[in-house]
Parts: sequence; C-alpha cells; structure tokens
Amino acid sequence: MKKVVVIGNGMVGYKFCEKLRKQADQSHYSITVFGEEPRLAYDRVHLSEYFLNQNVDALTLAPHQWYASNHIDLHKGELVAHIDRNQKTVTTHRGLQVPYDTLIMATGSSPFIPSIPGTDKKGVFVYRTIEDLDAIIAYGQKVKSVAVLGGGLLGLEAAKAMLDMGLETHVVEFASRLMPRQLDDSGAAILQAKIEELGIRVHLLKNTQAITGNGKLDALHFADDTKLPVDMLVISAGIRPRDELARECQLSTGARGGIVVNDHMQTSDPDIYAIGEVALHREMIYGLVAPGYDMAEAAVQHILGNADKLFQGNDMSTKLKLIGIDVASFGDAFCTDQPHLPILYTDHKKGIYKRVNLTKDGKKLLGGMLVGDAEAYNILLQTMQNGLALPPDPEDLVLGARGGESQGMGVECLPEEAQICSCENVSKGAICQAIQDKGLNSVKEVKACTKAGTGCGGCMPMVTDLFHHTLQSMGKRVRKTLCEHFDYTRQELLDLVKVEDIKSYEALLDRHGKGDGCEICKPAVASILASLWNELITAQDTIQDTNDRYLANIQKGGTYSVVPRVAGGEITPDKLIVIGQVAKKYNLYTKITGGQRIDLFGAHLHELPDIWEELVAAGFESGHAYGKALRTVKSCVGSSWCRYGLHDSVSFAIEIENRYKGLRAPHKLKSAVSGCIRECAEAQSKDFGIIATEKGWNLYVGGNGGAKPQHAQLLAQDVDKETCIRYIDRFLMFYIKTAEPLTRTATWLNKLEGGLAYLRDVVVNDCLGIGEQLELEMQQTLAVYSCEWKEVVNNPTLRARFKHFVNGEEPDPTVQFETVREQKVPVGWGK
Amino acid sequence: MIDIADYKTVAEQSVTTWFKAAPVSAFPANGGACVLYKGKQIAVFNFTRRNEWYACQNLCPHKMQMILSRGMIGSEQGVPKVACPFHKRTFSLQTGACLNGDECAIATYPVKVEEGYVYIGFEE
Ligand code: SRM
Ligand SMILES: Cc1cc2nc3c(=O)[nH]c(=O)nc-3n(C[C@H](O)[C@H](O)[C@H](O)COP(=O)(O)OP(=O)(O)OC[C@H]3O[C@@H](n4cnc5c(N)ncnc54)[C@H](O)[C@@H]3O)c2cc1C
Ligand code: SF4
Ligand code: FES
Repeated sequence: MKKVVVIGNGMVGYKFCEKLRKQADQSHYSITVFGEEPRLAYDRVHLSEYFLNQNVDALTLAPHQWYASNHIDLHKGELVAHIDRNQKTVTTHRGLQVPYDTLIMATGSSPFIPSIPGTDKKGVFVYRTIEDLDAIIAYGQKVKSVAVLGGGLLGLEAAKAMLDMGLETHVVEFASRLMPRQLDDSGAAILQAKIEELGIRVHLLKNTQAITGNGKLDALHFADDTKLPVDMLVISAGIRPRDELARECQLSTGARGGIVVNDHMQTSDPDIYAIGEVALHREMIYGLVAPGYDMAEAAVQHILGNADKLFQGNDMSTKLKLIGIDVASFGDAFCTDQPHLPILYTDHKKGIYKRVNLTKDGKKLLGGMLVGDAEAYNILLQTMQNGLALPPDPEDLVLGARGGESQGMGVECLPEEAQICSCENVSKGAICQAIQDKGLNSVKEVKACTKAGTGCGGCMPMVTDLFHHTLQSMGKRVRKTLCEHFDYTRQELLDLVKVEDIKSYEALLDRHGKGDGCEICKPAVASILASLWNELITAQDTIQDTNDRYLANIQKGGTYSVVPRVAGGEITPDKLIVIGQVAKKYNLYTKITGGQRIDLFGAHLHELPDIWEELVAAGFESGHAYGKALRTVKSCVGSSWCRYGLHDSVSFAIEIENRYKGLRAPHKLKSAVSGCIRECAEAQSKDFGIIATEKGWNLYVGGNGGAKPQHAQLLAQDVDKETCIRYIDRFLMFYIKTAEPLTRTATWLNKLEGGLAYLRDVVVNDCLGIGEQLELEMQQTLAVYSCEWKEVVNNPTLRARFKHFVNGEEPDPTVQFETVREQKVPVGWGK
Repeated sequence: MIDIADYKTVAEQSVTTWFKAAPVSAFPANGGACVLYKGKQIAVFNFTRRNEWYACQNLCPHKMQMILSRGMIGSEQGVPKVACPFHKRTFSLQTGACLNGDECAIATYPVKVEEGYVYIGFEE
C-alpha cells in the first residue's frame, strides 16, 4: 500500500482526496491529511455567505463520516512544520512524524499584507478564513465605518459584505480604476457608478502610506497628503502562495512565490506534487478554484500512472458574484499584445458595458468583458473556448439579435467536448450521454448524476438548456408536467377536472396524483378550479398562495395591502373620502397605483376584515390585486370630455371591468380602453385592449408590460361593442383552457402554433366550431361571481382566520415601521 | 427584536414542558397557524392528508420573516415540507433542512394531540 500524505485541507486538497478515492482502490493507497485550520474543509468561494447566519455546516464540503468511510486519516488543527525529503517524512508542530511515498502540497495562499506602517493595529483585518470573518463580525458590531484596501474581485465582494453589515463603506484602490485586472477604463467607470449607487464610496489612485491610531486604527494616510478617517480596515490586496515549507526543504520556487510545477503538477522533487493556489505553473499562480480542481485531476492521474492527462493552463475567466451587479471577464479581455478587432457597447443610462475582442478576420472570439448585464457570459465563454464560428453580424454577440430570426448561438451549437461545468470539469457530451443512457428525467437528476452545476452553479442555465435539448432530440415529447405530484400538463388536468366534475384539490390528488401536493400544484389546481367553477376561493384556502388565502398582497415584514376595485379608474369624491378615512383610521400608507386605483399598505392580518367591512359598507368590492385574475381595465377620459374622443371609453372600460371582475386565469389579466388612436389608456400594452375608431372599436390581444414588454396585436377591426365582447369572451376562455400555469397571454400567444392567424381563425372565424361553447362557459363562470371580501366580512368563521396567533389576539410583535415623507413604511427585511 | 438563536430543535425525548396551545379545530385542514409561547413564535401544521402534526419556528431564515405558519405545506419525495410565502424557500418539517436553497435549517418541535387539544413540546 502506497502512503499518500496531503498538506492542506482546503478546497483543492479536499478535491484531490475525493478524486483519488473515486478512481483508485482504497487498498492501494492510504491517505493522511494535515490541515492547519481547526475545522473540516469548507467552501471558501462562498465564504461571504457566512455573514448571513454564521452557518459553518452550510459551507462544509463533506461531513466527518465522509472522511471516516473513505478511510482518510484527517488531522485538523495540525500544521506541518517540516519536510524531510531524504527520509521522506513530514513532522507537525505537535511533533508527530509521518512517512510518505507521495506528498501533496495543497497549502493555498495567504492574504498579501503590504508593508505599510500600522497594519498591526487593532481593527485591521484580512479576509480569507472563517476565523477572519468571526473577528470582522465581532469588531464590526462596535464601529461605524470601514475601508477595504483593494478594489479587485475580492475587495468588492468584501465591501458589499461590510455594507450589508450596516457600515459606512469605502473602497481604496491604488490603480486608476476598479478591478484593474479584469476591466478596462470604460468598463470600470460603469462598474464604479453602480457600486457608488449601492452606497459604497470609491477612492482611486490612493497610495496608502500609513495607518494611524492610538492602539486601534483611526485613519488611512495617502501619498497625496489626504486621509480617510475610518474605524476598521479590511485588507484585500492580493494573495501570496504559502510556499514557506517548500523553500525550507529547497524545492524550486518562483521569484515572486509559488512552488514550481510541471504539467503533471510535480515539483522539482518527483515524489512531491503541488496543486491549487500554491502551485506556480508556467509562471502563473491561479487564484481561482476551477484551475485548482483541474490540477488535482492531473496529479491524481499521474499518481495512478496515467501520463496523458496534463494540466496545460486555464484561463482566468471570472464572474463577480454576490454583489448584485453583473461583472464578468473572459479569455483575453484586453488584447494588449494581440492584434484584434474590438466591438464595444456602452449604455450610461442603464449602466451596461460590453466589450468583445475578435480576431483580425472577425471570425473568432478572443475574449471580452461584461458589466451590468452578464447574461451572455456562459455562451460567450463557450464560443471562445471552443473556437466556434461567429454569427454573420458579430455585433449580435453584445447587442443580441435585433429583429428577424435569432442567430443559433445556443447550446446546440457547442461541440461534444465543450466544458460546461468548469468546477467539476463536465463536458457537454458527458451530460447528454448521461441523460440518454441513464434516462434522467429532471435537471435535479442530471446534477446528482454528473455533478455538473454542483460547484459555483454558474453553468445551471446551460445544463437546463442541454437537458431540454437532449430530451427533444431523443424524440421525447417535452411534456411540461406540473410537478412530482401530477404527471399531467395544466391543460390535461383542466380537462380531467371538467370531465369528471371534480370540485376539490384533494379529490383530484386522490384520483390522479400522488404524494401530498406542494406549493406548485396547489395554486395551479386552485386556479383551474376557480376558472371552471368560480366558487369562492375561501372554500379551499390552504391550497392558495398567501395572497389568495388572505385576499390581500403580502408585503415586507408580513403586513398586507388593500386594493379596492375602482372600475375604469372612475371614482366619486365621496368614495375617495372613504378611502382617505379608512387609511387614516388604520394608519395605512397610501399610493396611487400604476393601474389607476389606490393601494393602502401596511395592514396587520387581523385588521383586514375590519378595514374591508368599512369599505364594503361604502360600496367597494375586492380589486383582486392578489389574484391571478382580472386586475384593472384602465380608461382614458374619452368622448365625454376629451376634444378628440370618438366614443365613450370610460363607460366601456367600466362595463368590461365589471363584466370580467373575479375571473380567474393562468396569470393575471389586464385591459384598457382608449377613446381614440392617441391611446392615452395604453390599451396596446394589455392582455386585451380596445381602441375607439370612427366606425366602432378595434380589439387588440396579447400585449404585456413587465420585464419583456410586447405590443398587443390587432385581432378584430371596427367591430361593434357586442361583437367585441363576444370575441373577448372567446379569447379569454380559449386562453384559460389552454395556457400553462403562470403564463401571460403574450407568452401564450407567442407559443401558440399558428400564432395570431390561428387565434383569429378560432375566435373570429370559429374554425373549430367552439365559439358558442366558449361564450356559454364564460357566461356560466361570470354568473356565479360574488365579492369574496363581502363574503368574509359577513361570515364570522371566515373572519376568525385573520389573526396572527391562534392562542392570542395580539398582532405580530416583530412588525416594525419607520416614517418616510409623513407616511409609514416597513423597516426592511428583518435582521 | 428577532433572534434566530432563540429557536433550537427539541427532540421528543428531551421535552420537559408540553404547552397546551389551542384546540384542534383552531388549525385549518392541511394548513398551519402560529402559536405564541413565552415570546417565541411557533408554526404548527395540521397535515390532515397524512394524519400528522408538525411544528417549527415561524421565522423564515431567508429574510428573517415571521411567516412560515402562513406557508403552503406539501411533500417532496415523501418528505413533508412547508414553503415560505415570500420567496418559496422550502423546509423539511421532519428535519428542518432547507430543501431548495442554502438557507440554514429551521428548528422543529414535537407536537402531540390529546383530547382535542394540540400540545407543543419545549425543553425548558
Ligand atoms: C401596486 C402596483 C405598483 C404601483 O404602486 O403602481 C403593482 C405592484 C405589484 N406588481 Fe405590478 N403593480 C402595479 C401595476 C403594474 C403594471 C401597470 C399596469 O397594470 O398598467 C404592470 C405592467 C403591465 C403588465 O402587467 O403587463 C405591472 C407588471 C407587473 C409584473 C410583470 C408581469 C409580466 O407579465 O411580466 C409583475 C410580476 C408578476 O405578476 O409575476 C407584477 C407584480 C406586482 C406585485 C404583485 C409583486 C408582488 O408579488 O408583490 C406587486 C404587489 C402589489 C401589492 O402588494 O399591492 N407587476 N404592474 C400596481 C398595481 C396596479 C393595480 O391597481 O392593480
Ligand atoms: C472571500 C473569497 C472569495 C473567493 N471567491 C472566489 C470565486 O468566486 N471564484 C473562484 O474561483 N475562487 C474564489 N476564491 C478563491 C478560492 O477560494 C481559492 O482559489 C481556493 O480556495 C484555493 O484552494 P486551495 O486548496 O489551493 O487553498 P485553500 O483553500 O486556501 O486551502 C489551503 C489550506 O491549507 C492549509 N495549510 C497551509 N499551510 C499548511 C501547513 N503547513 N500545514 C497544514 N495545513 C496548511 C491552510 O490553512 C488552508 O486551510 C475566493 C477566495 C476568498 C477568500
Ligand atoms: S385617447 Fe383620445 S379620447 Fe382619450 S384622452 Fe387621449 S385624446 Fe382624448
Ligand atoms: S423570507 Fe422566506 S423565502 Fe424569503
């Protein structure tokens, strides 16, 4: 049995053990690991998450049992102090001596501390281990301000963590821009604006010369004679490989640190390997985890006698995480010594900067950087790494395809050997193979089986795409079944419910489902039941999302908002006064919504029935702002007042809103009616919108605001009111019966085979012969409408549900407000 | 005001106090309600479908919201769970573990039903 000794139980040391155990028989190699840190190996990449709740377990890479069951002899809190290369032994600081046949040095690096007087003062910290963070958290609670020395990748991550601790946060950078190694001047300027927007103050071109203070620091002094008074300092000025042991036993090391290795990760002593951040490979130190994992793989292969697997360098592509701003750089981001053609895109308004560098002939991608929007990062990286041909208009790479067909730059274009998950080194081929051969049925299974996506998670969008593509190419119908409890699509369930006259969720689950349901299928079925039978949603309250369960929209802190219906946006002075009085009485924040009505925020659960009792008494009804249901029908003032108005758009809007109020659908429904083509009611951005014409009304469908705005399309022209309503009935019922859950009409229409032409055939030309039936079904559903709040107000049993504690009358004592512009607002997320 | 450290899982065998919370009828079928005990907020679920009762901290560790009692319950691969209404983090009602994210586990408490009343077990 060969004796393998590993120095360092960090991320890469751990990965080495995992790989060796997986690829070789346990009886051939014994493994002994020495780790200086007092704990099991943990995920340093996600160290900043420790600030959230100090949960070490969440970061731990593998539990104690893992080491035991893999026969790994782990010595925590034990530093290797000496290596004897002649005797082939290591000795720890406790005096323990252990022989080795093969030695692995995975000692990582330590934070670089610049030689500035005063770095030993109290209040100065580094950012590398859990112990560092514990110290920062403890000290940070006692002070007000902090500076981070270093505006690189890690410094900015640290700065965001400091900001989240509630400290006044400064970033001090020596260079003339942030992230100087990843971004050029323009990119860094955009990033800086965004960082400052967060509330972090940035100081560039600052050469720190002294840290002053009596015992504990009180200020940083710079070469330009300025100073920055702060209570605390976190140094993030780079890393230094921990090569001290290697130097002592005279392994060859680099001038600026690092243990020199070859492509097998062997040091100048063939029995000693170095991997991870301590290794100096072709003059490069890699301060990233993915190359470290590749090095571990190369070392394991070489130890097992496979000399083919080489580590040949890795690029330094990275994405900044955690800070809420997209930043990524990949490949040769600057191309300083390479002829190239850059394509640049800058948008100061939105804060976006994109740069890609192409080869001179414009055919291949060399690298680039993305600030503000890094969605394309994965595919750009793949395009570069695999030398894929670029689209005919390479500017599409930064602008997206504008109009016309989208250029095929999806996962399907990648070659089999494209590396999808760089943390675990999983290729496209391996993922597709696993899906095919093992019959994997979910993305979750793909993750578990291939390990892709289990590291930083950055490749998950691609893994998901690959999953869908592979299923499709296998000829499997990609059925969007609801969840593990129902093997049916929404449309199939709707048919089952209808044909079998099923009236409750439990009955459907008993007959056609399995398990106990979940937060996906419960509300989806609730929506189906409501669309078909329109019975009061209070009858089955626990299958509803909290908004539908309590008939109000939940807000930060756990209070709710109240939105009475104001059909068409028309309201009398008396009703306005009632809203004002109610808001005053219950101390509610009031705001005019984007939907032409008034929202009252900050009601405690137990106050909702009382508030609504008063509103109902004054003639108000629920506005269904909480439901996947009809929201508002906006109106413009129309022909009664407006000098251009062609017809009475207000009356029509009110009629439409009252007709469809309470109608439940796969997603919310919005509408508007404009009195002329000037379109002041924005009808063309609605699920269905109506615009007055000289001869009647134009009906538009499938519009959407939101994240992907889309204009509605003209369904019928110059129709009279009655025809218009008939078409809307048909259109809405057809949508309700065929759409996936949580799909707006725009998305549904985009996916509908045949598109608008087909929809017009169904709705206007009645090609399926179901027109009358759809109208009838709509009438049946609308006939049973009643205001659910009126029902609750008058029903003591239902009212009793609206309280925070079952064993007490008091409201939730943890809810807190503050005052902004004379009104209350919640204090923000809990601490 | 909110301290997540107040909530520690209690094992059935270490219960010293069975707190009589409320009658069974106060808890909706297949749903939850919140119980106040010495300043602590405990979410209690009447999992009618499984004929089981569960209790856990009312505090969602994601954004520190007192809310889990208003969450939807269900199961994942047979494990009973609750989904937070705010951002749909889900937690096992048996172990408290977060099932779809990196949140820390929530504390769980033993529940028993005797003569129409629901009792929650505490260790103090
Ligand atoms: C209150 C209001 C903002 C305001 O103060 O003006 C608002 C507030 C919310 N909107 Fe909105 N939207 C409001 C008008 C709009 C509009 C403008 C409009 O309707 O003319 C739009 C764009 C139009 C559209 O929907 O196509 C709009 C597009 C969205 C979207 C994106 C929908 C999409 O298809 O992409 C969401 C997210 C969603 O529904 O999934 C959303 C979701 C929300 C939610 C429900 C988010 C949430 O789950 O907490 C907000 C809660 C409201 C509450 O707690 O009371 N809100 N929202 C507006 C209420 C109008 C009303 O009287 O009911
Ligand atoms: C806050 C933070 C965020 C980061 N974010 C990212 C990121 O987003 N992406 C990315 O790719 N990388 C990131 N990194 C870098 C990444 O964590 C490192 O590349 C990775 O941890 C290197 O692994 P390693 O095993 O080489 O070193 P380490 O994880 O540092 O492990 C080395 C271990 O060896 C121990 N040791 C040293 N000398 C001895 C000795 N003589 N005896 C015994 N034990 C010894 C050390 O105590 C340490 O535990 C981040 C790092 C930090 C600190
Ligand atoms: S849309 Fe026409 S009718 Fe309505 S306000 Fe504008 S101009 Fe007047
Ligand atoms: S607060 Fe519970 S999931 Fe966000």
